[in-house]
This record gives sequence, structure tokens and C-alpha cells, in this order.
Amino acid sequence: MVAASSRKRKGKIRWSKLYSFAACFRPLTSKERLAARELIGQPGFSRVVFCNEPHLHKRKPYKYPYNYISTTKYNVLTFLPRALFEQFRRVANFYFLLAAIFSLFSLAPFSRASLIAPLVFVVGISMLKEAVEDWHRFLQDLDVNNRTVKTHISNGVFVDKLWKELRVGDVVKVNKGEYFPSDLLLLSSGNEDGVCYVETMNLDGETNLKIKRCLEASLCLNEDEEFSKFKATVHCEDPNPNLYTFVGNIEFEKESYPLSPSQLLLRDSKLRNTDYIYGVVIFSGHDTKAVRNSTRSPSKRSRIERKMDHIIYILFSMLVLVSLVSSFGSLLYLRQDMVDWWYLQLPDDNKVNDPSKPVQSAGLQFIRALILYGYLIPISLYVSIEVVKVLQTMLINKDIELYDDVTCKSVQARTSNLNEELGQVEMILSDKTGTLTCNQMEFRKCSIAGVSYGGDITEVDLAASMRMNADFEPFEFSIDETDGATRSFEPFEFSVSSFSAQNGNARLTKTEGPVIKGFNFRDDRLTNENWIHGSNLFDITMFFRVMALCHTGIPLEDDNHKMDKLSYEAESPEEVSFLIASQEFGFQFCRRTQSLMVLREFDPSSMKEVEREYKLLNLLEFSSSRKRMSVIVSNEDGQIFLLCKGADSIIFDRLADNGRAYEQATTMHLSSYAEDGLRTLAFAYRTIEAAEYESWNTIFTQAKATIGPEREELLEQASETIEKDLILLGVVAVEDKLQKGVPECIDKLAQAGLKIWLLTGDKRETAINIGFACSLLRQDMKQFHLSLSRDAESNNQVKDMKEDILQQIESSYKMVCEERNKEAPFGLVIDGKALEIALRGDVKDEFLQLAVNCASVICCRVSPKQKALITRLVKQYTGKTTLAIGDGANDVGMIQEADIGVGISGMEGMQAVMASDFSLPQFRFLERLLIVHGHWCYQRISKMVLYFVYKNVAFGLTLFYYELYTSFSGEVLYDDWYMTMFNVMLTSLPVIALGVLEQDVSSDICLQFPALYQQGPRNVHFSWSRIIGWILNGVVSSLVIFLANIYILSPTAMRENGFVADIDSLGATTYTCIIWTVNCQIALITSHFTWIQHLSIWGSILLWYIFLLVYGALPPNFSGNAFQVLVEGIGPAPLYWMITVLVVVVSLLPYFIHIVIQRSYFPMDDHIIQEMEQCYKKYDVRDNEMWVREQRNSQRSTRIGFSARVDAKILSFNQQLQQKKLSIYRSVTNSPIYRSITTSPFS
Amino acid sequence: MGLYDILFIGFIFIPVGLVTLRASHSVVEIVERYDIGCVPEPFRINKVSYIQDDSIPKNCSLSFKVPKYMKAPIYIYYQLDNYYQNHRRYVKSRSDKQLLHGQNQHGISSCQPVEVNNDRPIIPCGLIAWSLFNDTFTFIRNRAELKVNRKNIAWKSDREHKFGKNVYPFNFQNGTLIGGGKLNPRIPLSDQEDLIVWMRTSALPSFRKLYGRIEKDLDVDDVVVVHLMNNYNTYSFGGKKKLVLSTTSWLGGKNDFLGLAYVFIGSSSVTIAVVFTLLHLLSQRH
Repeated sequence: MVAASSRKRKGKIRWSKLYSFAACFRPLTSKERLAARELIGQPGFSRVVFCNEPHLHKRKPYKYPYNYISTTKYNVLTFLPRALFEQFRRVANFYFLLAAIFSLFSLAPFSRASLIAPLVFVVGISMLKEAVEDWHRFLQDLDVNNRTVKTHISNGVFVDKLWKELRVGDVVKVNKGEYFPSDLLLLSSGNEDGVCYVETMNLDGETNLKIKRCLEASLCLNEDEEFSKFKATVHCEDPNPNLYTFVGNIEFEKESYPLSPSQLLLRDSKLRNTDYIYGVVIFSGHDTKAVRNSTRSPSKRSRIERKMDHIIYILFSMLVLVSLVSSFGSLLYLRQDMVDWWYLQLPDDNKVNDPSKPVQSAGLQFIRALILYGYLIPISLYVSIEVVKVLQTMLINKDIELYDDVTCKSVQARTSNLNEELGQVEMILSDKTGTLTCNQMEFRKCSIAGVSYGGDITEVDLAASMRMNADFEPFEFSIDETDGATRSFEPFEFSVSSFSAQNGNARLTKTEGPVIKGFNFRDDRLTNENWIHGSNLFDITMFFRVMALCHTGIPLEDDNHKMDKLSYEAESPEEVSFLIASQEFGFQFCRRTQSLMVLREFDPSSMKEVEREYKLLNLLEFSSSRKRMSVIVSNEDGQIFLLCKGADSIIFDRLADNGRAYEQATTMHLSSYAEDGLRTLAFAYRTIEAAEYESWNTIFTQAKATIGPEREELLEQASETIEKDLILLGVVAVEDKLQKGVPECIDKLAQAGLKIWLLTGDKRETAINIGFACSLLRQDMKQFHLSLSRDAESNNQVKDMKEDILQQIESSYKMVCEERNKEAPFGLVIDGKALEIALRGDVKDEFLQLAVNCASVICCRVSPKQKALITRLVKQYTGKTTLAIGDGANDVGMIQEADIGVGISGMEGMQAVMASDFSLPQFRFLERLLIVHGHWCYQRISKMVLYFVYKNVAFGLTLFYYELYTSFSGEVLYDDWYMTMFNVMLTSLPVIALGVLEQDVSSDICLQFPALYQQGPRNVHFSWSRIIGWILNGVVSSLVIFLANIYILSPTAMRENGFVADIDSLGATTYTCIIWTVNCQIALITSHFTWIQHLSIWGSILLWYIFLLVYGALPPNFSGNAFQVLVEGIGPAPLYWMITVLVVVVSLLPYFIHIVIQRSYFPMDDHIIQEMEQCYKKYDVRDNEMWVREQRNSQRSTRIGFSARVDAKILSFNQQLQQKKLSIYRSVTNSPIYRSITTSPFS
Repeated sequence: MGLYDILFIGFIFIPVGLVTLRASHSVVEIVERYDIGCVPEPFRINKVSYIQDDSIPKNCSLSFKVPKYMKAPIYIYYQLDNYYQNHRRYVKSRSDKQLLHGQNQHGISSCQPVEVNNDRPIIPCGLIAWSLFNDTFTFIRNRAELKVNRKNIAWKSDREHKFGKNVYPFNFQNGTLIGGGKLNPRIPLSDQEDLIVWMRTSALPSFRKLYGRIEKDLDVDDVVVVHLMNNYNTYSFGGKKKLVLSTTSWLGGKNDFLGLAYVFIGSSSVTIAVVFTLLHLLSQRH
């Protein structure tokens, strides 16, 4: 599709020739060849694929599945049994199931319908939710399965076929930019030499492209027509999850060739930089390595929900306790008194009241009591929580502030289980590429010949000076009045701060002009060919030449584009940005042939563009150990240059004595670039004499021709000898472009007290750069770098490595402990290999101890598995809630392992999103998601659960108290239907409204006072003291309600006409009190009222009266003793209404007094803010001094983030200022005029 | 919300409580226990055998002085203590269908263990009806009988909708075990108000039930003599029987608890509010 829309041509190059070190081309050694051959046909290696004959795979024994993928949990048949099983695994549901079964016998104290109906309702809703979620998964699968790919049918004709219909043996053609539909064996590619480039970001998160190469034998198959007669047989390993191995051979034209992983194209990876490939399907559907490698996302439960289980257990023990009391009580009554109660005509037929067998009867009474007091267990809690969470996720999904208008995507809560967990996060583990950064490099600054270009005022300086201005104003004002002498310094202070602010503003606002992707450089001295006026013209031109020649990129001729500007393709995005930059500076790289590079240079002498050809003699490739890359070129005059770019430390080591002219200035620039998080590379060159080159080239060619393990070493040695005596030209700084709003977001999260760890598969340098760019690291931070020393690494002895790492950890930890300044920040940088050792059993604890004590931790070069492992260990070690955020398939493990997994949905890959619990279009939305929605949801759910416990205890215990008055016979004070209505209708809506809409403070204020977020991690709203408090509150309420009712209503008349209260009047009155109390209680809890809350709370109370009226109006056959109870019995009695008022007030009084005391003497953060908000509602709150002060206070003093950097900067500014002040003061006081004034006779 | 609300509650509750207390104090109530006094001296050792022996006459009389002027209507209650009318087995042992529709209706299984006698259904069935209270009272003042109005002592809705107009007692108290009172088989259930009152089971083991009304005022120091038939057996389970005469106010009967509760809550709210205000003034918080 991509290729079809914009036809791009490319000079056909044998790419393989460009790469001298490409390890993947290493031919198999004979030993390995033998091993592979022996394995084939053995168990585990028995797969046979008939290429281009998919019909053979329809029948046994070669029947393999279609390429259909399903990630759903259930199917039509398994849904009912499995979903039911899941439901009844919950203790509470199982209990209610038992209760429902018991209700079929006469033992139960309630009618069948009143026990079964709520259970069916609750389980039904939960199952419905499961079904809907699974349906969404099904639709997602459908989307993937219905993608199309060009597939060979016959006679060289390729047609579009759905992915799901693909079979093993099919020959497919995949175009540039498309995903591979299944695991393919590469047959040939659009490049002559059968090489293709694959982006495996979805599999391992690595951004650099992987090279795959087909067998020589199948090279010829690069046209559609070739496949009409193509036949081959592949013998290979069985499906397995291992991404990096593949063993097999192919029989093609009666010859057998061994296959290796470099011929295997994996599902979920993408074709890049190659027009098309042909491949044959080897593994399909669930057999593919990517699918095998993926794990089912585990079902996660939030902390609150887990704690809720404990609450349920407490309530269960309460239930068992009161049931025991009841059964014991009934035992006593049966033994002693009940024989004499002639009006009962004992013994009972159903053995519940058999005085001759009191123990048996008591046992049965126990079971009855278990069911009777079941109202202590909030049956609707789970279902209400699920309903609430679904509604909460809808609110999150629909939040307009979380909508990204660039990608037109919004935040998606993919599971609703973890909303409140968002409010308790303490640790964020973040991926880098694609999450924090856009995976896009921008050319930002450069330092050429000791002069820095591209501006030097950073945003940190700007923010620091702005803040200082703000701080000084009130401060100086106060001084102003008290001491006239300081007045003289005022202008000076203002000038310093305002100068830097203005200066910064001027520089930063100067961003007009067309935006060029990958080029964000503003300096008039270099752009528009102004560099020709520079002083070191030769160095500048050489600098640009290095930029334009030392790379592996190729230009793309794009018809859609203007002809004078080219776009480029290269192995890394950095190189692309260099090429674009050099093009902007007037050194356009326009052609590359096998041995020739053509530049269109701007010639300063003739002021014209000239085309120059450079012969590419050698290319010394970049590798992570060498950290540099060089090209050896000769220009038209035959001069031979070695152009080198590389890490600054490496280049500086190799400079010639006469090449260090700019070293000092450049080093300074380097450190300032690095502080801003820019990625720097140093450029250098040397001229080589023809003779020297010749002799070197023979060595190099020899090394290149060597076959065997020593080849790489030889090549490295050879390059070592030529890459020396370099002359430094300067450095470039490219920005690994951060996504929009990332630094601000990290800053806010840090202020909210969250720790952020960076886990990346990228190089250490890049990781550190990003650490600086995000303000996770800064210059005045002590950094610990943990890595394996060379010795330990070369020995490859686990023991040595362990000792090495352990020693590093211990010494670092000692430093942390010895640091006196508690605020001093530490940064820890560790690489993958060291991490592997550090995460082993015995070193683990030391490492985590150190890591937890560091303000920021950066792990680089970590594998996806390690990411998951770190996440798990951090979770276990610290016991804190972790959130993992990432965008690629390499983050899937981490996302699944963390308490909350967040996927970035802005990119193309879907794996991370599929595995995640929340998906964001961009990182910056994390701020609002956590600080606003997380905080709210946490508050909502905790309030809701606590309230649920309260209302069920308050209600359930009244049943128990009544038992004390009925000789524990199991009689219920209320009508069955009142009770059924309790959880389902009369108290459910307000609590759902609370759970969905409650806000302690508005979203703006949440963001302004990030410290409020700490309530979640500290779990203030759901601590055990709170839980016990609410249970006690419920006990008190139930006591008040019950006792007040029985003492007031019994035994005297309740109405003027002399009628006394019977069991039904008492029941209805008591129940009215309960409904009023629990609903008024929720009104007291709610701090954010909308009409919905009002409607649900007061509506519930009204509904009770309506229900009583309607139920009482039904014929007595149906309503029983509740017939006309409101109209005839209690309604006309003033006593009834007076009891209601009294009971509601008394039972709420304890809570009321509690909050009055708390708010007056032990206010929490949200209380203060709420009060301030109310006090200042009339005025513009934000201007208020108190507001600003509280706001400042509420930002946690952080050691990372932009603010922390600004603080550090202010500190240093202040120190400088102080010194200047002092010096001025000295000079003034030492001046004769001052002396004469101070000693003047007038004073 | 805060202290002002508490203060507000206080200022509302105290007057309401006082008014309620006043209403409660205006009610005159006379309670006379008679279950022991009505057993002749020789039988006091074994009261159960006395009450179960039909040959001994059960009439008995007691007299009391009216302590305060009692304005008509004066309600007569009988009060039973330690009588578990709310026992589950007892409460469930009735058939509302039968009470309304009579014999042709099925579904009297709920009446266990008093459903049938001699293979014929009992109307009204069930333990509650079977144990009907059957002490009777006549009141004499100044040698003249005080008329007791025994109509309209049950809920109107019960009389009209729950107890059938065409349902007559049948086969009632015919078994070997005789529980409480008998019913006149010629009066329909809807007019058997004693039964209807009895069938509204009480909530607590100590309860009063309306017996009738005296529609004449009683003066201070009037001596009232009560002739009663002490038929009902509370002796086997140690229950007490009391006769209660009471006037009512708008609030109902004598009910000091409610008024006291209102006054108590009101005054404690005011106290709390005052204490907190003082504390607040002493330690200003910003």
C-alpha cells in the first residue's frame, strides 16, 4: 500500500557490500550445520512444510491450523460454565449461592424469591460485563484476522487474501511498511542480493532495523511469475516461543540447504526500507513465535479490592459470631424454657425447635442464622463496584482533556478493574522510545571549531529567572520600607533577572520559518549559507563533509517532493537528521553508488553550488563496542580523508596532538548540551597519505576475508590502526525528540511524589541523554554507573561478575548513606549485563536497596524479559504499587507484570496496547490520568466500599438484635420484600452515584495541588483504622436505630386511637429509620453534589415510601401483614415521624462530631483545600496569597523533574547574586563618598 | 456545615422534646397486675393445675382508685409479659388466605401444627388463633357498670380486607388440646375483633393489646372494680398478666422516652457546639 501510493525509486545497491561487520551474514560453521542436520526429524523438529502447496496441509499428517488468531477468553459454548465458575469463585457469591440453595428448604428464614433474585441479578450483571469485554476482544481479533496480504494462487498470480485464510505453505508477497501476517521463510526481496530490513519494535522494542537475508538458491525467485512452478520442502523445528532460534533446512531443486534465523521473518514485525519480499508461510496463527511468546494477560486486582476481601472476611467472621450466639441462645431457650411454652405446641416437625434434641436444633438454627444475617455481607458490593467502575471508565474515556487531536485518539481504560489503583501508584517504570520520545531525531545544536551554534538559553534558565523575579518582588517590597539603604540594589537585581528572562524569551520566540522534520536549528550564523563568513572556513566545510559523508544512509527520490530537497533513509534516525541538516547547510548528499558518494556542495569561493564526487574507499562500521564510525574517502583531487564520528570520549582519545585546538571549548559545549539532554557526537577527520592507505588496506582486506571467530577481532584491530591522530572539528547535538509535554508531565508526577524509573533497550548514552532531557538526571546529581568491568566480562565467570557488581553496589550505597545532605539527589544508571547479575538471588536485595534510595534510576540495554523481571522485583521488594508504561511489544512483559500496565496507542504497534490496562495516545496524559482520575477513583471506591460496609452492618445487626427478643427463633422484623429491596433498590443508586461522580476537589485543583495525590499511596482513605471506624459507626447506628424504636414503640399506644405497634408497624418504622439513616449518611460523605446525587439520595428515600404505599395497597394475599401498613398503621401516627427524625440525627451524630473534630483540629489536605475554595469562592481564588502559599507547599520537594532543576538553578543563581551583592556592597562601603555620608555630622 | 448545624439541631430538638414530654405527662395510665392475685390462696403452689382445672371457677375481681382525672376515651389493654408471640414458629402458623376466603381455599399447610382436626380443616387455623387470649373484664364504678365499647379495636383494613365477612369459625378448639379462647361460630371472622387484634402479633415478648374503650370520663378517686374471668394460662411459662387503663394524647400512650431523648440530644448538641466554639476561639487555626 505504501509503495503503491508514493512510488519511490532507489539506486540498487548491494547493501551487503557496505557492511563489513554485519554479523548476521556469518555463514554457519560446519559444526553447526551438522548439528542442525542431526536435529531435523527428531522429536521437536518434525515439522514439514510443502512450499507453494498449501492444499497438502489441509489433511493429516501435515494438517496445521489456519492463520486465525483468537485472544478471547470464552467461546459460545464455554462461556456459561466458565463465566459461572469465575463468578462463584468469589467467596461472597458462593455464600449467596449456598444461601439460595438452602432457601429451597423450609429452613431458610426468607422466601425463595427474595434470596435467589438478588443473586441472579448480581451474577447476571457481572457475567454480562464479562461477555461485553470478551466481545470487544473478539472484534479486535476480527480486525487483525481480516487484514489482507497478497498471496500466490497459481500460475504466478497473486491476489489479496485475508490473514485468517492463510495456510502453511502459502507464498505471500509483503510490501514495504506492511506487517508480516505469520512467520515467513524469506525467499527473495526487492533488493538484488535478497536482503531485507525488518523492524522488530513490536517484538523486542529495538528501534534499529534488523537485516534478514534469503538463501542464495532462492534469489532468483524475485518476480511474480517465478512462482508458477516453484516447489520446495522445508523440514524444521516445531512451533516454539523462542524468537531468536530457528533450525531447519529446505529442499529446493533436489538440493538441501540449511536454514537459520536470518531467513525467518516473524509475525508482528514489519518490512522496512525494502520494496517487497516473497516468503512462504512456515508457522501460522497460534503456532507463530510471536503468539507463542505472548502470555495471557493476567487478571489484575487492585489493592483496594484485595483489601476488600479481608473486609469481607471480617464481616464473615462477624456473621459466624452472631450466628453462633444465636444458635447458642436458642440452645439455652430450648433446654430451659421453651418446653413450657404451650402456645408453640412443640416439638416441631422440622426439628428446628425440638427440646428433646436441643443440640441438633441449635445446629439447624445456626445454619438458619447464617442465612438470616446474610445482610451483613454486602451482596451487591461486587456488582455495584463493577457497575461503578464501568461508569468510571466511561468518564475517563470521554474526558476531553485526555483527547489527542493529533492522533484522534483518546485515553482508553481497557480493563475497568484498576481505576482506583491509578490513585495509589508510587512507582512508574517507563519505556523510552515511543513512550517518552517520538523516536525522531532533531538536529539542535552544534559546536564547530570551538564556537557553539544554535542558541544557548535553555528553558530551565528561563523558568529559573522567571521564578526568581516572582519571588523577589514581595521580598524586596518589605525590605524597601524598613531599610532605605537596600534600595540601591534593587535595579541591579531586577536587571539580572529580567535580562535573562527577556533574553531567553527573545531567543525562544524566534521560531518562525518553515518547519523541517528532523531539523530544529535556529542560528543565522550558519543557516542560509551565512557560514561562509565564519572564521574557520576550512574546518566548517570539513565538518559539514563529515556530516554528509560519514553515514550509511541513502537518498530517496520522491516525486511528490520538490526536487531540490531530498529525504533520506538510514539505519538510525540520527543519521537521517544529520543528512537533513547537512542538506540545509548546503551540503546535499544526492547520490550513492557502490563506491561513489555525490555531494552537491555550496562553494564559498564561487558562491555557487557544485557537484562533487567522493570515492568511498572503506566503511568502518558503527558498533556498540567501538562507539564510532568512519569512512575513508578520496576527493576529486585524490586526497584521502578519514572522516570519523563517534562518542566524544572515544574521539577525544584518538586526537592528534595538533588536532586538539578546539578541545577545551568543545568540551564545555559538550557538557552544556549533555545537561539539556541532547545526544552528542564528535566529528573529526584526518588526511591519509596514499602509501599509508595502501599498506593499511591490504591488512584490512585480509581481515575481511578471514572466516572464523577471529575475524571480528582482526577487523577491529585493523580499524584501530587507521582511526588515530584525528583532528577535532566539533560536536553536534541532536535531540531525541521528546513527546509533547513529557518534561512537564514528569515534573508534575514527581511533585506528586511518584518515582520514575526509565527502562530502555537503548544504549546507555541515549538513555542518559533522555534522562537529562526529562530532568530525571541533572548535572549536580551524583550518578552511579553500574556496569561490568572489562576484566570481569571477558572472564565470563559468574562469580567474578557477581563480586564485581556487588562491590560497586556496596560502595555506592555507602556513599548514599554517608551523604549528610538529605536532599542530595542520586542517580543510578545500570546496563543490561550488570542488571542481569544484579537481579540474581543474592545480589538482588542490595541492588534494590540502593535503587530505591536513588532519586532516579535508569536501566539501559535491558531485554524485555529483564524489564518484566525488574518490575516484578520492585513490586515485591518495595510492596508499592507500580505502573509500567510502554509502547512496544518489548514492553508487554513489563506491562503485564506491573500492577497497572499502560500502553501508548499513538504508535502503530498494538501489542502493548493489547496487553495494557489503560492505553494513552501520549505519555503526557499520564499526568491527568493519575493525578486527577486516579485520585478521584481511589477516593470514590474507598468511600464507596466503606459506606457499603457501614450500611450493611447497620442493617444486618438490627436483625440480630431482634433475635435477642424472639428467643432466637429466627423471626425477622422486616417483611421479606423490604429486605430484598434494601440492597437492590433503596440504597444502591446513591452509592453508585457516589462511586461515579464524587470529587473531593475539582480537577484543576488536583493538578494545582499534586501533593493531594499522596493520599492514595499512603492509603489514608482505606486504612484499617478507617475500616474499623466505619464498622463501629455501623454498629452504633444499628444500636441507636433498634433501641430507640423498641423503647419508644413498646409497649404503649403509638396513636391517639389507642392502637399499639405490632410486629409489622415496628418493622416498617425501624426500616424507615434505616433507610433514612443510611441515605443521609451518604449525603454527609458526599462532598460534590450534582442533581444526580440529590435525585438518587432523596429519590431513594422517597422510593421507600412509594414502595411501602404500593406494596401496602396490593391485596393482602400478596402483601401479607404489610397490608396498608403505612396508610392505616404508622403513617397517621406523629410518633412514627418523630422517631425517624430523632433516630436519623442521633445515629449520624457520632460521624458528624468526628468530622467536626477532624476538620477543626486534624484537617487533611483535601479538607483545607475545600475550605479555602469555599472561603474564596467570591473572589478570584488564584490571586490569593494563601492560595499560592498552600499550592507551593503542596508540591512535594522533589529531587527529579523540571522544577527540581529550576530549584537547583535558583540556588546557584542566588549564590552568584549574593556574591555580587557582597562585592558591590564592599565597593560601595569602601568608597569615600559612602564613608563621608556615614560619618557625616548630620546623622 | 459544621458547628452551626449542630447548634441548629439543638435549638430545634429542645422545644420539640419539651412539647412531647408535656403530651406524655398529660396521659394517665393505670397498670394492675392480676395473674397472681386472681389465683386463690390454696392453689398458689401449683398455679398450672389451677388454671387447667375446668371445674374451678375462674372469676376474680380487683379494684383500684383512679389517681387523676381521666378523660374519655379510656383505652383498656391487657398486657402479657414473657409471652413470645414473635416466635418464628408461632408467627408463621396462620393462613391469611383462609382467614379471608374460608374453607374452600387450600394452602393451610402454613398453619402447622393446627391445621386439621378429625380430618376437617380448622377455621381459623394455626397456632395464633388457637392460643387466643380469653380473659374477660367487666368494669363497675359506683355500683354501676361502665360500658366497654369493644368495637373498632382492630385495624379497619384488617376487618375489611383480611378477615372474610363470610368466613365463620369452624371446627375451632375441638381437638384434644384446647389452647385459648373459643369463638362464636355464628359471627363472621371480620366481626371477631378480639381475634383480629390477637392475630396482629406483637413484636416483643412483652406487649399490650387493646381490649376495649370506656367512653366515660373517670374522676379522681373514683374506685373502679373489675370483675374478670382469669381463663388464660400464663402460669406454665411464668408470664405475667396485667390490666391497663390509659388515656392517650396526640402522641399516643405514655411515652417519656421520646421526649427525654429529644431534650437530651438537643441539649448535648448545644453543649458540644458551645464547647467547640470556645475551643475554636482559643486556638485559632488558619
